Amino acid sequence: MTTIAEGHEEPGHHEHPKFLAHHFDTPQQQFDSGKLGIWLFLTTEVLLFSGLFCAYSVYRSNHPEVFEYAHLYLNKIYGGLNTLVLIFSSFTMAWAVRCSQLGTAPAVFKIPLGKGRHKVLFSVSNQKLCVVLMGITIVCGAIFMGIKGIEYNAKFKEALYPGYYYNPTERPGEVGKVENTNESPIAVKPITASAPADAPPLAHDANGIAFEESRVPRAAIGPQGLNPQWESTEAARDAGEDIVTGHEVGNEPKNVQIFFSCYFLMTGLHGIHVLVGMSLIFWILLRARKGEFGPEYYSPVDFVGLYWHVVDLVWIFLFPLLYLIS
Amino acid sequence: MTTITPDLAQPGGPFDTPADNYLTHTHGFWSWALTLDHKRIGVMYLTATLFFFFVAGVFAMIIRTQLLEPNGVIFTTEESYVHYNQMFTLHGAIMIFLVLIPAVPAALGNFVLPIMLGAKDVAFPRLNLFSFYLYVTGAILAILSIILGAVDTGWTFYTPYSAQTDTAVCWMVGGIFVLGFSSILTGMNFIVTIHKLRPPGMTWFRMPLFLWSTYATSIIQVLATPVLGITLLLLIMERVLRIGIFNSEYGGDPVLFQHFFWFYSHPAVYIMILPAMGVMSEVVPTFSRKHIFGYRFVALSSLGIAIIGFLVWGHHMFPNGQSTMLATIFSFLTMLVAIPSAIKVWNWLATMYKGSLWLQTPMCYALSFLFNFTIGGLTGIFLGALSVDVHLHDTYFVIAHFHYVMFGGTLLGFMAGLHYWWPKITGRMYNETLGKIACGLVFIGFNTTFLPQFVMGSHGMPRRYATYLPYFQPYHVMSTIGAYIQFVGFALTAAYLIHSLFKGEKAPANPWGSATLEWACTSPPPHDNFKHPPHVGDPYDHSNLVWDDSVQGYVRDNRLAEPYTTTTAIPHQAGGHH
Repeated sequence: MTTIAEGHEEPGHHEHPKFLAHHFDTPQQQFDSGKLGIWLFLTTEVLLFSGLFCAYSVYRSNHPEVFEYAHLYLNKIYGGLNTLVLIFSSFTMAWAVRCSQLGTAPAVFKIPLGKGRHKVLFSVSNQKLCVVLMGITIVCGAIFMGIKGIEYNAKFKEALYPGYYYNPTERPGEVGKVENTNESPIAVKPITASAPADAPPLAHDANGIAFEESRVPRAAIGPQGLNPQWESTEAARDAGEDIVTGHEVGNEPKNVQIFFSCYFLMTGLHGIHVLVGMSLIFWILLRARKGEFGPEYYSPVDFVGLYWHVVDLVWIFLFPLLYLIS
Repeated sequence: MTTITPDLAQPGGPFDTPADNYLTHTHGFWSWALTLDHKRIGVMYLTATLFFFFVAGVFAMIIRTQLLEPNGVIFTTEESYVHYNQMFTLHGAIMIFLVLIPAVPAALGNFVLPIMLGAKDVAFPRLNLFSFYLYVTGAILAILSIILGAVDTGWTFYTPYSAQTDTAVCWMVGGIFVLGFSSILTGMNFIVTIHKLRPPGMTWFRMPLFLWSTYATSIIQVLATPVLGITLLLLIMERVLRIGIFNSEYGGDPVLFQHFFWFYSHPAVYIMILPAMGVMSEVVPTFSRKHIFGYRFVALSSLGIAIIGFLVWGHHMFPNGQSTMLATIFSFLTMLVAIPSAIKVWNWLATMYKGSLWLQTPMCYALSFLFNFTIGGLTGIFLGALSVDVHLHDTYFVIAHFHYVMFGGTLLGFMAGLHYWWPKITGRMYNETLGKIACGLVFIGFNTTFLPQFVMGSHGMPRRYATYLPYFQPYHVMSTIGAYIQFVGFALTAAYLIHSLFKGEKAPANPWGSATLEWACTSPPPHDNFKHPPHVGDPYDHSNLVWDDSVQGYVRDNRLAEPYTTTTAIPHQAGGHH
């Protein structure tokens, strides 16, 4: 976005191509500057997420039981599908960058028939192919956001909100099935579905009865590992019982909301980045349609592509950290 | 946009000296508002930071006036003490995020960095303008927060209080979030400019030291500020959505906020001090008429400070629930950062040794910097030592130490740079006599303000209190008198600088006899900086610069040194003249 400036061409100066800003001497210098710039920018992006990853690590090591319990609320199928969609979009984006480098040269699709012979299926200008591939990338981004929307919606329905507003009525694995388990002794009794805005948070005891939690800061109680409830969960695990869905113990650990704080913040910030990436690709797509890019000048496609790959990469880390625990 | 002017012969050398300059190149509001010229952007930053310096100064005056009496002068009732909290929060937040961080790199740096380097502009001029508008947006949000309920958390925004108070924390924090991105983009721009836009002959070790320190600063800006960004975002989420990440009630950890905050904010003090150190490395050799002593050490110590600066944040939290092991490591690393800082101070001293000191205003400020920064640095050792810090933590000793480094260091360095480059930026000379008087007032006022605070702090006066025990009154009164003296000094500075804009004498190209490239341009510089790649020599070789009465400035006398040409051939290694 910074590579073309309103230049003031100076007569007598050496040939200045249209895309070359006035303060650069050569296209190579401009490209190198842009490349260094985008890598620095991507570093800052990674560092922006690093705060969240750091918070995630701290809380996962402080409350491992919370993460093991709460991740079962997440849908691995949706998460996995999204991972595939994003990886595929990275592939189309990388291909688009290659196409923009090749410019108007034709891209020939052929089927090898063996013995060095092949059958040409069709051939298309790389410039056009570039536009199509970026279009596919944007569609993939949209599919990703759509699936994410479905997932968020399901969480909101279950009141799986972060922090203060966390107030689910159903256990993981039982979501949508609670009516059928009317005999289950451990089914959590529905607590008030929506807490008044200024009410203190409700916690539940071992029998699932809601009570008002102490306002004493939790830090004074000590790490969760020393919490008797945790010990009972540990004991259950030692006894070989299924802690989460096991109908023997099934205590919900404390502080499950912290998992959803991490989940919504990480996926939310990532989602914003996907939207930004889609808009950037759309902008580049429009420029590519006008035929602005070719072997001499393709840096915007290259740089937006790098951005998209980093957004993809962040998800590659988010997926196992949030969905594939234990 | 295109203006072709004939190259006029100029005694300063065969540089292009078109009849117009960056100020007269184009006219009208939009020619400034949409400019891509780094010099104009620098001037806009400068204007904005000076404005906010004034605003924050007014808050400081309110704070000091309040503390004249043990029970307060302005805020005397229990209900009004919260306003005192707002005053020191605004003073701190505005000074840090709107003044100290952009003052040297974004304002002075934007103006001089490309010219010093011999480039036509920064690498990404549009990004540069965008970054300025981010600064403006952040500043507007910060001002809105004052109107909507001034923040009373202290500039550190510690949770849980910052998540609970009714004041407009979200606006202020949102503003700082945006300011952070402005800072990141400036840093990125400078790093790429220094890497990719150096003209032929400008090797790394031939760069003026201001560029080295700006480079080190930019690295910190790029690597530390995103962490502040996410921290502040989490704080906003904490307030809006009650996510509980920093709230122990929901299993969160308030100390995590402190870790996150200081992971940025400790390196941030190096964002503030390093560019001022760069100014020092320019001003001291110029006004000592000597080559800088230990060029490579000064250059690399900037990087050393930047790297070690990332590893010391824990020393802000010695009594706040860190393990002893961690605290010991942080204490050790804190001591370590003294080494590169001391390298710089000793090298400046060695540069002055047997030099012929020319005590113009920039040099007076530079000497003040040396004196105050040394006190600030030495008292930092008290605070970095574990056991002593437990006693001094959150007392006026910390306030005094911080102001000795940030005010006595950064701001006086900024004042040195402002006076040093004022003729270059505006094309006008300021009144030298008044400049020295003002510098004296600021120096005396500053020390009167903050020396007593060391004593107070070590006697147990806690920071951030609207009232105090009568025992401390003499110290507080002395401190307040010093603050008033400083105010007079700065008011005088503002007066003569504004006066010089209209009535000042025309500045010569090189009034101080400096050898860096920006002084080879006219004052003010032409729109394009350089039409041809400039000849790059040793930036600290003053030997062939002689005073010329006819231009009232220094010119190069080519008989005294190697022929001065515009050839782009790479001359032999820097430093060979001594």
